[in-house]
Amino acid sequence: MKNLDSVFAAYLIGWAVFFIFSLTVAKRAAGLKEELSRLRERVQDSVQKGK
Amino acid sequence: MIKTGVYTFLVCALMGVAAYAAFYVAPTEATMGLVQRIFYLHVPSGMTSLLAFLISFVGSVSYILTRKPKWDWVAVSSAEVGIAFCTVVLLTGPIWAKPAWGVWWAWDARLTATLVLWLLYVAFLILRTMMEDTDRRALVSAFFGIFAFLDVPLVYGSIWWWRTQHPQPVIFSSGALDPTMRRVFNLCWLSATCLMALLIRQRYELEESREELRALEQELEAR
Repeated sequence: MKNLDSVFAAYLIGWAVFFIFSLTVAKRAAGLKEELSRLRERVQDSVQKGK
Repeated sequence: MIKTGVYTFLVCALMGVAAYAAFYVAPTEATMGLVQRIFYLHVPSGMTSLLAFLISFVGSVSYILTRKPKWDWVAVSSAEVGIAFCTVVLLTGPIWAKPAWGVWWAWDARLTATLVLWLLYVAFLILRTMMEDTDRRALVSAFFGIFAFLDVPLVYGSIWWWRTQHPQPVIFSSGALDPTMRRVFNLCWLSATCLMALLIRQRYELEESREELRALEQELEAR
């Protein structure tokens, strides 16, 4: 079982990189979604005020 | 939304099966022993990163030819995903190198060219943050993206053109890899490619949302 710790470390680090990357993309997407819904509301408000 | 969820689940399941095969199905290599199992993560990640950079290159060239924003989104999405895979290569390589070569890092052509490739694409992303105007940013980064891609053939060919510490590839030479090892490798490669496609898709959707946000901001300013 020599070097088993190296194998586990490599796979753990590799999977962590993909997981963190996916998480940052999801976080950025959630922030944008929030901003989008806020702006959509503002656009609707200004349309109603214009009528 | 459901489609993306199903695809994400399938990719995660495929990655799990690939990891199981790499640990329990693939035979232990005679010379290096257990540590050779890093091969099933390291090599597919390396090949997938080059594929992602190729897609980014196609996006950059297509943007210059058509000036359609979607090609810029393809270029940046693939570049970011390529960096993630290249990071895995640069981190798992030394973990494998230490028990196999006795050193964490060697400044040979393959390793140095890979590090330069990673730095070039990080510079590509930094460059994009420095420009406000979207058209100008897309054009400048498309040219830089083409320049950065010039390092990809260098990474790929370095082990044939120069004497390197990094071994010659066994993937494309017939009979160099045990049939079970090859099957496990192919499965790991497939899972890495599917993960790349999923991550590029997620990242591309982010650019679509940004565009929608820009359009809404302009609409508000116009009122």
